[in-house]
Amino acid sequence: MKDINLKFFTITKYEQIIILLTIIIPLLFYDSPYMQGLFIFIMMWVVLGSSWNLLAGYTGQVSFGHAAYFGIGAYAAGLPFMHWGISPWWGLLTGGITAVVLGYLLGIVVFKLRGPYFALGTLATAEILRIIFGQEEWLTNGHNGILYVTTWVDKYPYYFIIWAIALATVFSVKALMKSKAGFYFLSIREDEDAAKAIGINTHKYKNISMAVSTFWAGTAGAFYMIYMGFIDPEVVFALHNISIITILVGIIGGVGTIWGPAVGAIIMVLVQELFRSAFFGLAPQWISKVHALVFGLLVIFVILYMAGGVVGDWDLIVKKFRKFRLKKATK
Amino acid sequence: MSFLVLENLTKAFGGLVAVNKVSLEVKEGEIFGLIGPNGSGKTTIFNLINQYYSVTSGKIYFRGIEITSKKTFEIARLGIGRTFQKVRPLKRLTVEENVMAAAFARETSFEGARKVASEVIDFCNLTEVKYFRAGSLPIAGRKRLEIAKALATRPSLLLLDETAAGLNPSELDEAIEIIKKIRSQLGITIIIVEHIMKVIMNISDRIHAIAFGSTITEGSPKEVAAHPTVIEAYLGTDETLQGGFNA
Amino acid sequence: MEMVLQSLVSGLLIGGLYAILGIGMTLIMGVLKIINLAHGQILMVSMYITWTLWYYLGIDPYLSIFISVPVIFFLAEAISKYLLNPLIEKESILPENQVLMTVGIGMVLVELARSIFTSDYRSVRTAYSDKVWHLGKISISFPLFVAFAFSLVLTAAMFYLLMKTDLGRSIRAASQDKIAATLMGISSEKITIFTYGLGSALIAAAGSVFLPVYYLYPDVGPLFTIKAFVITILGGMGSTIGAIAGGLVLGIAETFGATYISQGYRDAFGLFIFLVVLVFLPGGLKRFTKV
Ligand SMILES: Nc1ncnc2c1ncn2[C@@H]1O[C@H](COP(=O)(O)OP(=O)(O)OP(=O)(O)O)[C@@H](O)[C@H]1O
Ligand SMILES: [Mg+2]
Repeated sequence: MKDINLKFFTITKYEQIIILLTIIIPLLFYDSPYMQGLFIFIMMWVVLGSSWNLLAGYTGQVSFGHAAYFGIGAYAAGLPFMHWGISPWWGLLTGGITAVVLGYLLGIVVFKLRGPYFALGTLATAEILRIIFGQEEWLTNGHNGILYVTTWVDKYPYYFIIWAIALATVFSVKALMKSKAGFYFLSIREDEDAAKAIGINTHKYKNISMAVSTFWAGTAGAFYMIYMGFIDPEVVFALHNISIITILVGIIGGVGTIWGPAVGAIIMVLVQELFRSAFFGLAPQWISKVHALVFGLLVIFVILYMAGGVVGDWDLIVKKFRKFRLKKATK
Repeated sequence: MSFLVLENLTKAFGGLVAVNKVSLEVKEGEIFGLIGPNGSGKTTIFNLINQYYSVTSGKIYFRGIEITSKKTFEIARLGIGRTFQKVRPLKRLTVEENVMAAAFARETSFEGARKVASEVIDFCNLTEVKYFRAGSLPIAGRKRLEIAKALATRPSLLLLDETAAGLNPSELDEAIEIIKKIRSQLGITIIIVEHIMKVIMNISDRIHAIAFGSTITEGSPKEVAAHPTVIEAYLGTDETLQGGFNA
Repeated sequence: MEMVLQSLVSGLLIGGLYAILGIGMTLIMGVLKIINLAHGQILMVSMYITWTLWYYLGIDPYLSIFISVPVIFFLAEAISKYLLNPLIEKESILPENQVLMTVGIGMVLVELARSIFTSDYRSVRTAYSDKVWHLGKISISFPLFVAFAFSLVLTAAMFYLLMKTDLGRSIRAASQDKIAATLMGISSEKITIFTYGLGSALIAAAGSVFLPVYYLYPDVGPLFTIKAFVITILGGMGSTIGAIAGGLVLGIAETFGATYISQGYRDAFGLFIFLVVLVFLPGGLKRFTKV
């Protein structure tokens, strides 16, 4: 295998292997819709995590409200269906765009803020949206949500759709980070004022980062509507289950790395499912109750001991592991 | 047409008038020194020129265009580069990436930016640390990185804020060499703020002295150094001055 | 007119409760310079401690303050010492590392509560739970009033501590300027740990007095966290008076909003005011005071 050089980015041989594995492994589980479902969720979190990572990890704008864009994407797919019977599949086109528009509008407010205030501002905007979508029943059907009978029973088509979206997300981030825009994002993250002094229109580039980020988050939301066949504001605009988990996926995998969020997504879904299923019934049942707890502990551990996340601190992890083996061997 | 003109430039922070009706003109191609005691408003003047702070009153013209209400990034693109006294490297990027980020001000392609960065890095004697993280550089390296970043934006006017402070004698010579080269080889006009007399007296064509935000005098290094108020308010004993000239 | 007055009274009472939330948060924000996104979760833990003591041992919620406060104080000191402080020197890409850590801590606390107590709603029933006083046509709930009075006492005590004692002076010094405080011989590490404990102890006390008023379930934590930072930003970070003002403003805004606009939007009013203040009035209400 060789690296493939494309115009805007390179697909390294390791990445080619990863891509192949993400095709082969799910096919091995052809008789387990349960496992296929897990793979779909992993891919969805890859999209969300990578999209957040572009804005937060690379551009330094730590969003605590990515649920806003996921949610609006989901409703962009669901609302036209509910009101006019238009297929939610159109959401794969409109969801992202709607999220970009929302991101631009909210950006007018939240980009006035910096650092932790930006974080709180984004959190507040997402929460306000959640409440509005719950209250305005004439528009959204409120907490009763939107129901849609899904197109296929088979899960593979869904998997490959979200798989393609996830790859597009990751490689769009990769391509961007190799371009002028990528350098500008990093400069803004490192020192916004110093960035201005070297001629960077920080406001414009924060908006560009926001646009790409929200586009993918919105697309993921639209996919969720299509795949699950049901949305309500408490689910798609959730502070904890969407906004916060998105952040944690990024942190565990490694903020500011191309593949970090993907790794974080795998770890998050697997840890949760292993515990939820009590290690497929092998462990005592009470373990299933602590699945979210374990994930929380993992987050604390990562922040304390591997601030760069699994991908960011990979060299360090390998080194520690070698040392550990050496110690064992000498004993 | 004058190159850079400050007209009655004033900046007040609440009650504190940091810069008080300063007027000056910089000609194309010269090295223009700006001196004054600590806290006299030198850095603030730089911050006003690139609109890092907004002016309280007064006007700034660059090549005949009023830039008083332009944005910081626009001014950088018009061709005014600056260094920060308190250095501001993009810490977690390498030296090369730092300079490339600046080079994108004029270049659009990755390769183009890399080429410009490479030239500038060589120019500033940073070649050895090209792939080091900027945050890991010692102070002399950081100061030169400041200059490199500013140069990579391809300025026609460069504002240097104490780029020689905190350096040892050999690093100092290196810095002076670079500053001289910036004008002689690149033809860039320079305004330089410096406390070290050896540097400023040596390389400036003209010097503008301020104290408490107001102009004291302006003239050739010799004239300024001879000005009684400058000697009294700023330079202290003649000895340091003499030393500066002989060096 | 009565409705206005009733809203005002209810708003003030709730605002008093919010004020304690805000003071704890503003202390922590002022000194540690972080947003404590585990704030409400710590309050929730205190509520569960209080509930357990009441349910199994029959201890009156108001009395259990003497247990919940010290327990939470030491828990919070441990959190600050072992989880937050070590991050100060750690280099990380996102400067918000400590804030993210509080998110993790909050999540662990919520999930711990869920594992132990399930997601069921709980409340305490005491003799005074439903007691209501009538002042003309205006009614005042007894437990709400007690909570309010208690907030006033706590607030006054905090104020005294911060303004009149050496400890308070050290805390204030640390919140103004860490380096200067260190030069004055104050161990900034000790002060941050203590402050996190103190701020948490305050909401622990709040938790015990809130319990007769609020339903308890694991996710009540995040709800209060949001209120706490809304109040703090409203009032201005690091300002005690500001936190009180912020608490009252939020309480009244919510009550009036719920009465006159829409009950469903109750939780949105605060967030909306919060955004407006963040963007248009940086520094918060503190700007109008000298304290
Ligand atoms: N952002 C600011 N807010 C308030 N006051 C400021 C600000 N920036 C500068 N000042 C004040 O303006 C005055 C001039 O400061 P400035 O940094 O321009 O001095 P300087 O001549 O560069 O001094 P130095 O030689 O020490 O670098 C000082 O009194 C300083 O405290
Ligand atoms: Mg200065």
